[in-house]
Amino acid sequence: MSDAIVLTPPLTDDDVKDLRAGDRVLISGTILTGRDAAHKRLVDLVNRGEELPVDVKGQIIYFVGPTPTRPGEAIGSAGPTTSYRMDAYSPILIEKGLKGMIGKGSRSREVIDAMVKHKAVYFAAVGGAAALISRRIESSEVIAYEELGPEAIRRLVVRDFPVIVVNDTEGNDLYEQGVKEYAIK
Amino acid sequence: MREIAAQEITQAVKDLSMEAAYHLGDDVVEALEKGLEAETSPTGQDILKQLLENARIAAEGKFPMCQDTGFAVIFVELGQDVRIKGGDLNEAIHEGVRQGYKEAFLRKSVCHPFTRKNTGDNTPAIIHVKIVPGERVRLTLAGKGGGSENMSRVMMLKPSDGKEGIIEYVVQRVKESGPNPCPPTIVGVGIGGTFEKAAMLAKESLLRHQGEPNPDPELAEMERTILERINKLGIGPGGLGGRVTTLAVHVEMHPCHIASLPVAVNINCHAHRHKETVI
Repeated sequence: MSDAIVLTPPLTDDDVKDLRAGDRVLISGTILTGRDAAHKRLVDLVNRGEELPVDVKGQIIYFVGPTPTRPGEAIGSAGPTTSYRMDAYSPILIEKGLKGMIGKGSRSREVIDAMVKHKAVYFAAVGGAAALISRRIESSEVIAYEELGPEAIRRLVVRDFPVIVVNDTEGNDLYEQGVKEYAIK
Repeated sequence: MREIAAQEITQAVKDLSMEAAYHLGDDVVEALEKGLEAETSPTGQDILKQLLENARIAAEGKFPMCQDTGFAVIFVELGQDVRIKGGDLNEAIHEGVRQGYKEAFLRKSVCHPFTRKNTGDNTPAIIHVKIVPGERVRLTLAGKGGGSENMSRVMMLKPSDGKEGIIEYVVQRVKESGPNPCPPTIVGVGIGGTFEKAAMLAKESLLRHQGEPNPDPELAEMERTILERINKLGIGPGGLGGRVTTLAVHVEMHPCHIASLPVAVNINCHAHRHKETVI
């Protein structure tokens, strides 16, 4: 993937505004994880006006619930989970400064609009490529909600984590464009 | 009457749950390789290469191929001349799942529907028992991921919808599922029976050796037609556009009520984990 763009969080508006749907990206550095239960808790805190256990500003959040970590490994298998279940929560975190999300599957109109408005992007990782992806994760540390097990919020250090831009800051959607391009009438 | 120790069942289920998580079947690997030859989208090709590489890494390092190691669905064909001794058959199966998921560091993905509290050991397993002639026990474990299961449906069509209505329903279901069930998928279709029988047929069809046609020529043709139409949708690997959306369509059929035409679609992701053993 010689044509891939390299990104290192934390990201600014400038880092994300030139990314386009279809771009291949390799992420190196620190990203956060969270899925259904953690998202619900974070958004409940925002709605109550309370402080979040982790600052999402400039961050990328990866929708993942890994398998348990084997002794001697950084993390278990860790592929993306389906993103639409986070649609109800993502706009609020984007408003709080979240710059990127990694998952699989299409996002709602509300999430896409929030990405355009607040300059954020949505990346797809390859669903089911969990063993391969886990080889690109160098370390993992639970930073909030340990009691949620696979759903806890983690901080990951990744190297050359392969993703594809699906939704960019101009409202493009690779899921729509890609399918249109290859559909046979 | 042959006696089989409950402990033996537990051991077999434990082995199957580990084996299923690490080793993608040769039939699926072959289908992914064929898909790579057929795929014209560069992104699609790239994703198929990643999936083949993923399968290799998982098998060699004994890593779960997907983080969603699934709900353990166990199909038991219990010979009627078998007596299980030293324990309860169901509990023996649950214990096998419990031990396998723990020892292999597989994810526990079973929870209370309301509180979402995790049961902590991936039990209870879903167990389907069929009594068959003979004195052997065949155990098949399917590790069913949530993403593709969520895209599955049962539909009670009208008899007047006919064959074309069934084909159209299945294709539309795959179309609406888009990228969510982790394409390239394997699509199981159950036609006829009752509401629950259709769902069981669809699920059981996924146990067939991947891509092997139904022995009934009419159903085999239907499988080819549905597959062709799905692969014209453009969804492609990962749903990012391409020609290889589905690797195989399996159809099973059963007589139905004169008022009904049930059809069930059970979608399986490319991490098609099915392992069986005979005791």
